[in-house]
Parts: sequence; C-alpha cells; structure tokens
Amino acid sequence: MSILGGPRDISRDGTAKRVARWFGTRPGAQLRLLLSGPLGWIGLVYVGSLLVLLLHAFWVKDAFTGKVEPFNWTLRAFEQLLSNPVYATIAVRTIGIALAVTVVDILLALPIAYYMARVASPRKRAALLIAVTMPLWASYLVKVYAWRTMLQGNGFLTWILGPLGISAPGLGEISNTWIVLSYLWLPYMILPIYAGIERIPNSLLEASADLGGRAGMTFRRVILPLLIPSLAAGSIFTFSLSLGDYIVPDLVSDAKFIGNVIYDNSALGNFPVAAAFSVVPILVMVGYLAAARRLGAFDSL
Amino acid sequence: MVESPLIRFLLRIATGLVLLFIYTPLVILGVYAFNDSRLMGWPPTGFTLHWFGEAAANSAIHEALVNSLIAASTATLIALLLGTLAALAIQRYDFFGKNSVSFLFVLPIALPGVVTGIALQSTFKLFGIGLGLPTIIVAHATFCVVVAYNNVVARLRRLPRSPEEASADLGATPWMTFRRITLPGMRTALLSGGLLAFALSFDEVIVTLFAAGAGTKTIPVWIFSAMQRPNELPVVNVVALVLVLVSIIPVWIAQRISGGEATRITR
Repeated sequence: MSILGGPRDISRDGTAKRVARWFGTRPGAQLRLLLSGPLGWIGLVYVGSLLVLLLHAFWVKDAFTGKVEPFNWTLRAFEQLLSNPVYATIAVRTIGIALAVTVVDILLALPIAYYMARVASPRKRAALLIAVTMPLWASYLVKVYAWRTMLQGNGFLTWILGPLGISAPGLGEISNTWIVLSYLWLPYMILPIYAGIERIPNSLLEASADLGGRAGMTFRRVILPLLIPSLAAGSIFTFSLSLGDYIVPDLVSDAKFIGNVIYDNSALGNFPVAAAFSVVPILVMVGYLAAARRLGAFDSL
Repeated sequence: MVESPLIRFLLRIATGLVLLFIYTPLVILGVYAFNDSRLMGWPPTGFTLHWFGEAAANSAIHEALVNSLIAASTATLIALLLGTLAALAIQRYDFFGKNSVSFLFVLPIALPGVVTGIALQSTFKLFGIGLGLPTIIVAHATFCVVVAYNNVVARLRRLPRSPEEASADLGATPWMTFRRITLPGMRTALLSGGLLAFALSFDEVIVTLFAAGAGTKTIPVWIFSAMQRPNELPVVNVVALVLVLVSIIPVWIAQRISGGEATRITR
C-alpha cells in the first residue's frame, strides 16, 4: 500500500499501533514487558516462599498457643533436630536410598537404552520409545498403589514367587521403598541414556573393535565415558524425586524419610522444625546440581 | 554392527525383562478392577463390572474430578502464558544475569516437591491465606511454568531467525512478527507443553497435599485418602484402571503432533 501512496501519515494510527511502534524501537522495554510476568511469579510465589520457609527455620512454635511466633529469632528448631539422633538417621537413610535408586535405575536403563539405540529396528525403536514413555503419563499414585497391592503378604508377588519358596515382604520393609522408587523413576533414566547412546558415532565403536577392544572393553573405555553427561542428567531426576518423596515410604514401608518428617511436622503446624529439616534436601540438591552441571548434565536434558 | 550375536541376544532378553518390570504392576491393577471380592488377595476370586457402576455414581469422585479439571486447566493456561513470555525473553534477547534467570525458571522441578510444598504452605499460613482450590492452582502453575518454558525454549532454539528478521525489515512491529511468524512456528511446542503441564498438574499429589488443606480434594488426593480405607479399595481399583487407560490419550496426541518428538523428556 505505501509503495504507491508515498510516505504514510502515521499520526492517524490508533493507540495500539503507537504502543507497538514505541516498543518496536526499544528492545529494553520489550524485554522488561516479557520478563516482568514470569519473573514476578517465580520470584514472588516461588523464591518468596522459599525465603519465608528459611525464615521459619529460625522461629519457634509457641508451646501454649500452638502458633508460630514470627520474628522471634532462635536456633531452637535446629537444636531440636541435632539433639535427637533419629533425624540424622533419617537423613542418611533418605540420601542412601536415593543413591541406591539411582544406581539400580542406571543398571536397568543401560541395556534397554542400548538395545533401543543400536540394535532395534526403526519400527521397534519407535514402539519401545512409546512403551517406555507411556508409564510417565500414568498416574504416580496409581503406580504406587499397584505396588502396594503386589507387595502385600497375600498379593501377586507371594503367589508367583511362592513356588520358589519366596514370599512377599509385606508392607513394612524399607527395601520396598527402594524397589518402588526405582520403578517410578526408571523412564527418567532410560530416556537420556538412550539419547546419549544414539549420539555416539558408529565409527568410534568400530575403531575400538578394530583395535582389538572386546565388548566389555569398548563399553568401559568408549561408551561409558561418553555417557557421563546423560547419566548425570538422568540421575538428577532419580535422585531429586527420591529425596523428596514421602508418599512411597508412607504407603509401602514403616520407615520414615526426610519428606515424612517435613510433612508430619507441617500437619502439626510445627513449621519451624519442618523448615529447619528441609534445609537438608535443599543443600544436598544444590550440591548435586552443581556437581551434575560440571559433568555436563544440563546439555543433555 | 559392532555387537556380537550373543550380546544382541542378551540385550534383547534384558529389554524384555525391563518391559515386564514396567508393565506387570499396571496389568495387575487392570485385573483387580474386575475382581468381585472386596479383599485384595491374589488371585482374584471372580469377575464383575459392579465396581464400575459404583465408581460412576460416587459423588466424592465427581467432585474430585471437577476440582482436578479446574486446577489443571487453569494452571496450564497460566503456565503457557508465563512460560512463553520467559522463553521469548531468554531465547530472543541478551541481557545481564540471563543464566541466573534461566536457572531460576528450572528450579521448581530441580528441588524436591516436598520443599516446594512446605514452602508454599508455610507462606500461605503466614499471610493468612486459606487453603483450597486457588492455592492448589498457584502451586501447580509454579511448577508447570517450567514445563511450558522448556518446550517453548527448545522450539525457539531450532526456529530459524531469518523469517523474523525479514518480517522486521519489511516494517512489521515486534507484535505483528510474533503473531504472524513466531507464534505459528511454536504452535506444536505450545500444544505438547500444555499437554505435559496438564498431565503433570492432574497427577500431582506431593505438592498438592500441602496446598489443598482439609476440604479440597483432587483425584490423586482422593485416591490417597481412599486407598487407606479398605472398603473403598474396589472403587479405587476402577479409578486407577481408568486413569492408566486415559494416560494413553496424551501419548497418542503427542505422537501425532510431532512424530515422536514430544516423547522427549521435558518434565
């Protein structure tokens, strides 16, 4: 239109167009407009409440009124946690199970991811990808519930393993949490490892074979080092999700995890103790993320 | 092929075993939904469709379903809006502190859910905000933003810049360029991000229990309380089976819109 009509008279444009033009020449203003919403939400709602949580750790619940007294600074919540060795046991237990879950998931994920990436035909690979992804969409609680029915004394596991002289452990054992958490987070480990193996050029493996590397040697010296970022990426999920879980320990075992202590205390209104104890998973995760970042995990997510 | 026949055989066996491990619990669950006994022993004693009728007539389930749908759709809309804005800012502009800001958007899923839950609950309580559906939506939107953001950022990274630059050269305002060039380019990313956010919110229980208070139940919160009452278990079985079957729908849609690309890990 303006090609034929000469310079357009922009003074007759509506407000919307003027606003648009004003922003058009000011990238700084555009950026502020884009960022203010999301940054405001995450900053106020999320970071804000994390700060409130940390403040709670230095307050105390009044024994008479049962209410938290804000801005009465004290270290009582931390003293309470340190004076009772059970909290240290729970912290060590939770971190230990989270690590054990990560190890099991790596061991289970490696063969299937390798098969998907390098052995299966394209059709089979697509089908396997769906088969591995589908459980991620199925309800978390439903899967825990399914395991609860299988693990109970007269459940499926006793029925199928009974002839071998093995009976299901019942719903008290701490090893149940290990099995169920490994089950829940396995797809999160398979997918990044699969992507990692798929990226390894075939020529590297052929070169290793030509140089006399047997399968085990090639795996240890060529494949595994190249998979470190993928393993670290997958382990962020398996570790972090296990570290904060309180539903699985509650439903399939008698053992308390960090999450249970936090949840139980919050249910009693004792936010200071809950807040003080949640410092443990926060610090552990910050350290874990820093380590994973150095291993290149964030490039493989 | 570098792998020897023996190794390929062993890999095939291991893959089969892992698939068995993944799917056995879901199949067992499906069988229980048709069990005519109230007891949860294995094997089931007989076949019935009775519990499907009971589940369909259960008003607590209706209420929880409505709550879940409201929470998930509202949280998804908020997350798509905020996630897209954030992704555009991070991917199309350069500014000081960009890395810290992008790290901030991923933090809500990197920290354990129990931390998010207790942080939000203690803040709501401190400011005297009553727990209920609105607080559930706020909590869900907070971690759903990450999902939307991740999907859109990944798409923007791959979209070529030249059409946007051409549009700007031809005199289009940034808004028009966004509406006519960028938005169509990231449509499927918004769809798969929205799908994932919706599923995540619909399924969430760890943060939800902190944000829900005593009165409000979503579907997972209802399951959590009902599974601790033995006489409700047959109905829980039915709801569980339906949820597993329904979860095939988003997988199918994701597969359709992007030919498998949406099966990428993005949570």
